[in-house]
Amino acid sequence: MKWFWCLFFAFWPIVAIALCWVSPSLGWWFPSEAASPLGRRIDDLFYMILLITSVTFVGTQVALAYALFRGASDTEPEADAKKAWYSHGSHELEVIWSIVPAFVLLFIALYQLDVWAEYRVKDAFPRDKMEAVFESINQKRSETDSLALAEVTARQFEWRIRYPGFNEDGSLKPLMADPQPTDLYAVNDLHLPASAPVMINLRTMDVQHSFFLPDLRIKQDAVPGLVIPIWFEAERQQSYQLLCAELCGWGHYKMNARFVAESDEGFIEYLRQLEREQNEDRVDEVPETDAE
Amino acid sequence: MSSVAATEETAAHGHHPHSEDRLALLKAVPFWSTDHKVIGIQFLLTTMFMMMVGGSLALGVRWQLAFPWENMPILGYLFSGAAGGGQISPEFYTMLFTMHATVMIFLVIIPVLAGAFGNFLIPLMIGADDMAFPLLNALSYWVMWPAIFCFGASFVFNEGLWNNGLAGSIAAGPASGWTSYPALSAISSAAPGSGTAQFWWLMGVTMVGVSSMMGSVNYMTTIINMRAPGMTMMRLPVFTWMTLIVSFLIILAFPAITIALVELMFDRTYGTNFYDFLEGGKPHLWQHLFWIFGHPEVYILILPAMGIVSEIIPVFSRKPLFGYGLIVFSGAIIGFMGFAVWSHHMFTTGMGIVATSAFSILTMLIAIPTGIKIFNWIGTMWGGRIRFETPMLFALGFITMFMVGGFTGIMHSSVPIDAQHQDSYFVVAHFHYVLIGGALFGLFAGFYFWLPKLTGKMLNEKLGKFVFTLMFIGFNVTFFPMHYLGMIGQPRRTHSYNEGHGFETWNQIATIGAFILGVGILIGVYQFVTAFFNKKLKDAGKNPWDARTLEWTLSSPVKEYNFARTPIIKSRDQAWENNYGPKENHSDKVPLDDHGVHMPDRSWYPLVSGLGFLGLVLGLLFHQSVDANTGEILRDYTYAIAGGSIAIFGIIMWSLEGPAGYHLFPKETEE
Repeated sequence: MKWFWCLFFAFWPIVAIALCWVSPSLGWWFPSEAASPLGRRIDDLFYMILLITSVTFVGTQVALAYALFRGASDTEPEADAKKAWYSHGSHELEVIWSIVPAFVLLFIALYQLDVWAEYRVKDAFPRDKMEAVFESINQKRSETDSLALAEVTARQFEWRIRYPGFNEDGSLKPLMADPQPTDLYAVNDLHLPASAPVMINLRTMDVQHSFFLPDLRIKQDAVPGLVIPIWFEAERQQSYQLLCAELCGWGHYKMNARFVAESDEGFIEYLRQLEREQNEDRVDEVPETDAE
Repeated sequence: MSSVAATEETAAHGHHPHSEDRLALLKAVPFWSTDHKVIGIQFLLTTMFMMMVGGSLALGVRWQLAFPWENMPILGYLFSGAAGGGQISPEFYTMLFTMHATVMIFLVIIPVLAGAFGNFLIPLMIGADDMAFPLLNALSYWVMWPAIFCFGASFVFNEGLWNNGLAGSIAAGPASGWTSYPALSAISSAAPGSGTAQFWWLMGVTMVGVSSMMGSVNYMTTIINMRAPGMTMMRLPVFTWMTLIVSFLIILAFPAITIALVELMFDRTYGTNFYDFLEGGKPHLWQHLFWIFGHPEVYILILPAMGIVSEIIPVFSRKPLFGYGLIVFSGAIIGFMGFAVWSHHMFTTGMGIVATSAFSILTMLIAIPTGIKIFNWIGTMWGGRIRFETPMLFALGFITMFMVGGFTGIMHSSVPIDAQHQDSYFVVAHFHYVLIGGALFGLFAGFYFWLPKLTGKMLNEKLGKFVFTLMFIGFNVTFFPMHYLGMIGQPRRTHSYNEGHGFETWNQIATIGAFILGVGILIGVYQFVTAFFNKKLKDAGKNPWDARTLEWTLSSPVKEYNFARTPIIKSRDQAWENNYGPKENHSDKVPLDDHGVHMPDRSWYPLVSGLGFLGLVLGLLFHQSVDANTGEILRDYTYAIAGGSIAIFGIIMWSLEGPAGYHLFPKETEE
């Protein structure tokens, strides 16, 4: 029976290795390849830590299994079992296994901060690229205007999105902190230009929510009373899942939305459509599905 | 009065010297006893019961996630009025996971590790007759009941008194998660259970805090002051050390959450604005206060389990603990650093970059002392003679599973990765690996190890190993897939999920695992409870495991007075040295003087005070009613005041009792 238990505990490092090899190719670790350069750096960081920890886990577990096998075999046969190795400890070993993990952990701790700093430090925001987008979509703005293209306001249980409206001359206005008469609104449908960093302002009307784009590896809580700027960059023009990731009440589960990354022209076209819908009554437009 | 009881007790004792009755301890010292062993058993049975409750809630959660929108078996019929014809409604679901976490953390793991194990073991391990404050000890148990009652009430009463009948309101428990972030928990219209139910939840957590703090003061005093001669701090068993550290953590951490709870109660009841951002309050304040408690809390749950494992591994490896000093100090370092990492629960809330980086680095570093412990345990087994008895299996399971939980913890302490994992199922997997694979496996290891000391009977080994296998497999099948679920973006605390993301299969596998785990735990608990009655079990004798610490020099079950003669300790593993060590390491005994063994009086007053608190809670619960004719809200505080008065009366009578106690004169051989 004791051999069974030795094998039982030796079995887990094997499973761990197998899983770590198999799972990336089966798409078990991430929903898809990260859709943004920042997301890929986060993924790389994850795989690096996964590798370090897996090696440590397997190593430790192998040591454990070895100690068990040896410990169990030294009692064979029962009659002349060897005496246990008497030891109260070893300072040298203890120093080694305190210092080595300390260095490894400190390395990970400092290494990972880079990615975070790039994402969250305001001075490191990719301002130039964002301004190129403003130019491309013809937004008239001064130096001090917000970099954000939209304001996302979470409430129970939907995402309300506010875009700036258009000027008389057809150019786009900058997003103001307070709602403007010309602002355009949408619910649960966030459209932004793709292929470049774009920024939104996140806020909440009631309780705490969390803005989560799994494919872009973006998550930011919406905290009552705060306006939080987030930037992200979707490389492909497609729709992405937008979820709420912080318990916000009974309807938390259904607080889903989509984020559509599209071309600059597509984005302007979408805003124009919103403007039409908001300013015209549209009674002449007969819904196509009205078959009866 | 006490002197009469004392004479009777002494006389009665003389008539049944060698009772084989395993319930003898319970019969000799009734349930209002102040004996630390009885209080330990009381804690044990209460928490076992609460574990069943918390487990059922978890199975409800798992059922819903495997088969969203389908009727729930058994429970569905019970709550059919509330849960929409047997279906789990989103409102009911939020209550399920909120109460699952609350019950498991506040009513199971804290009280069982500190209350049951700490109470039963500490005096035996340090050679004391009882706790330093036996009555306070009893009160710390009896205050648990108002707490349990508060949590129970929060299930049922959300809108005052029986507003829409029992069945109608049963679905409305507190529904803002065990973290209860405002504004969700502060505004009564924000969530279905944020009415009165949330208030009962706040009261319950406060009561648990009161109980834990009373227990901690007691453990600290006992461990520091009541050690037998020669039991120096560096000879203390590791479990005792860890309980000492945990007591400090509880004393320092619970005030933080008590402040937060009281502020939230004020916000809700008196219209203050601690957390209401519209009035200039800060929702972040709650999160900081909650996690200043909440993170040390994690170590409050895990350190005693590490202590238990550190006791068990040397015994079944036939070797002394490898690096005792480092294990003790790494525990202390975990305790200290545990207060400096709380904000890693808040990486996505938009804290400043400096704070985030600092907390991230500190969180990484807290893995060092944890790693040291694991390496030292393996060092203990290295070259030992391993016996695979059930306690050892659970301890080995602890090491394996806790490592997984620790490594995912390292992943979370990296901020950008945490931003992907935060509030996803990856986090759920992580903390269940720590709390089930860690704390619960440690707990079960401790049960299988020390129950023979408690009952005098060996548990069935085969059944024990079966339980271990079921639990280990069930646990991994449940929680390992959750890593994947989290990575592919399933957020936690959601009642159902969108189709087409591949969530269904993994969720159904996890649910199957949860039921296997549930069966395993159920058999285990059956085994523990029947250990007090089952006649077929073998006698344990004094030291069935060939164990090392002082409690194993006593008979099983332990006599009421613990040590007939106070031992004089000569070395760290005293029971082992007595059996195998050189003569000069054998323990001596302090001769019995005419004072005898001083026993604490049993006293009604902790029970009276505890009932008084319960009355207070009930009185507050029922203070409000609606006049049927006018619709006016009537308030009646009579019962609350009566309950409070009883509590205060109990405390006054208690202080008037004085330090009476009685004396026993057991023979030297009777221990």
